[in-house]
Amino acid sequence: MTLESILFIVFAAVGLASALLLVTRRNPIISALYLILNFFALAGLYLTLHAQFIAVIQILVYAGAIMVLFVFVIMLLNLRDERSLREGLSWKKVFAAGVSFGLLMEVIYILMTSASGMTELLPAKATEIGTVEAIGSRLFTRFLFPFEVTSVLLTAAIVGAILLAKKKLD
Amino acid sequence: MDHIDILITLAKIVAAFAFLILGAAMTVLLERRVSAFIQNRIGPNRVGPGGLIQPFADVAKLVMKEDIVPRSANRFIHDMAPMISIGVALSTFAIVPFGNGIDIFGRHVKLMIADVNIGMLYLLALTSVGVYGITLAGWSSNNKYSLLGGLRSSAQLISYELSMGLSLIGVLMIAGTLRLDEIVLRQTQYIGGILPKWNIFLQPLGFITFVIASFAETNRLPFDLPEAEPELVGGYHTEYSGMKFGLFFLAEYANMITSSAIITTLFLGGWDVPYIEGLGLAPLTLALVQVGGFLVKVALVVLFYIIVRWTIPRFRYDQLMNLGWKVMLPLAIANALGTGLVLLLIA
Amino acid sequence: MVTLTSYLILSAAMFIIGATGVLVRRNAIIVFMSIELMLNSVNLTLVAFSAFLGDSTGQALVFFVMTVAAAEAAVGLAIVIALFRRKQTVNLDEINILKW
Repeated sequence: MTLESILFIVFAAVGLASALLLVTRRNPIISALYLILNFFALAGLYLTLHAQFIAVIQILVYAGAIMVLFVFVIMLLNLRDERSLREGLSWKKVFAAGVSFGLLMEVIYILMTSASGMTELLPAKATEIGTVEAIGSRLFTRFLFPFEVTSVLLTAAIVGAILLAKKKLD
Repeated sequence: MDHIDILITLAKIVAAFAFLILGAAMTVLLERRVSAFIQNRIGPNRVGPGGLIQPFADVAKLVMKEDIVPRSANRFIHDMAPMISIGVALSTFAIVPFGNGIDIFGRHVKLMIADVNIGMLYLLALTSVGVYGITLAGWSSNNKYSLLGGLRSSAQLISYELSMGLSLIGVLMIAGTLRLDEIVLRQTQYIGGILPKWNIFLQPLGFITFVIASFAETNRLPFDLPEAEPELVGGYHTEYSGMKFGLFFLAEYANMITSSAIITTLFLGGWDVPYIEGLGLAPLTLALVQVGGFLVKVALVVLFYIIVRWTIPRFRYDQLMNLGWKVMLPLAIANALGTGLVLLLIA
Repeated sequence: MVTLTSYLILSAAMFIIGATGVLVRRNAIIVFMSIELMLNSVNLTLVAFSAFLGDSTGQALVFFVMTVAAAEAAVGLAIVIALFRRKQTVNLDEINILKW
């Protein structure tokens, strides 16, 4: 086994386990911590794909900013255990889980059987396209307009968040 | 990867760790002596010559103390929080270049542990993860004062991270690279042949905003609201005792040294000792002098941290937020804009 | 050898776990985090395709997904705070005023 395969298996196992624990834990803070672990595993997977910029941004934006916001809100609302939430098993939930499991099997079947007409080995070019320079030049040439529009989206989100979370409007 | 390469890397890691841990111990002593001097006291001077062994005696005391965990606390997270704090504090130092490369054993060795080509982003990513140590410590203790400290710290760190990142953009534009060793190399020239081309002279506004944001990120006074004693008993570490408290303590001082090293690297020329080329030193001597220069600069920034702590009173919470969002952020954005315009005009 | 298919299956599995979380859980914040998980598994697909095809467009797209995720988290958490202030709960089944 090569180093890449070992790394992939380790990160994939951590990612899947933390994802499962995220949706099964009662305590939202514990769930949030497993999601952070999942983000770190994803960053590792991005590194195995030579996407260094995305890997660091993953930690910086998701683990360092978005999840801090989640943890902050959970702590602010002081949600401890959600036993009060009455999350029992109902036939609806079993049905939902069954349907999604079926969907997963379907996707795996399609992926395994279809001939994916593309090279199955990571090309050497992957190292250059994952750098800050490559993604930066792509963002500022072909995606310049969407990139600028993103700032409008973020401003709208900030204004909306303040408006919604403010106690009283006056 | 050769055996010698691995050995060299290990030697670098050991050296950097020893520097951080010993440096943190010495900083604790320095802080106590300087604060005593400022308050017209003497300070610890009995253990060893001039009190030199005092920090080690303190550590021995902390190790032998009982580790108390509150009954209603979340045991696992309570144990994990100090580890996150100290882990982040130590691993940030990995990308700091503490000297120019030297030629040894027939190979070129860069004097930094991890030579990553996205150094600056790595720095920001680790800083942003560091908040979890304090926040989770506050939450897991199940104590209202600790929780308030944790909440304050996450709000404070998020607010100041923005101006920290933005104030670095000027440096980034001038250097044109994210690698910290190249950023230092760009600073080794001179402006007009006299003034060293350090970023503090090119980016005074960026320097000021970065230093203020660093103070906030390391939870030092005047920004130590997460642990403000008069309001929050002890803040996030109220419920910690023994060596777990010691780890938070160590993390605070290690963070202080690391952020001083980063301020030195980004703005004060790193290991660059100006006007040294004229002396014609042998390469190895030159490298050693440069490492010495780096250490002196870091020590001076640490001293600055300590003097500020014992001179300036703590901000009120609303003042902290107003400063972060209404003063620091516009200043950092203006700095980035101004730098961009100047660079555009020069080019 | 790690192939493109293994990355795609992994990301599909994570997406399905996230989707199940959205369908099954009733705590608004956990539902939210499951949505973040789904967005991230899509990111993994994009990065995997981008690396295997040797084209950086996919990674540029991930950048936009992250921006949208950040905006969505901010607004969504603000909604959760507003709801909690009003009804003292984050249980999605109890937030049913608009349900006829």
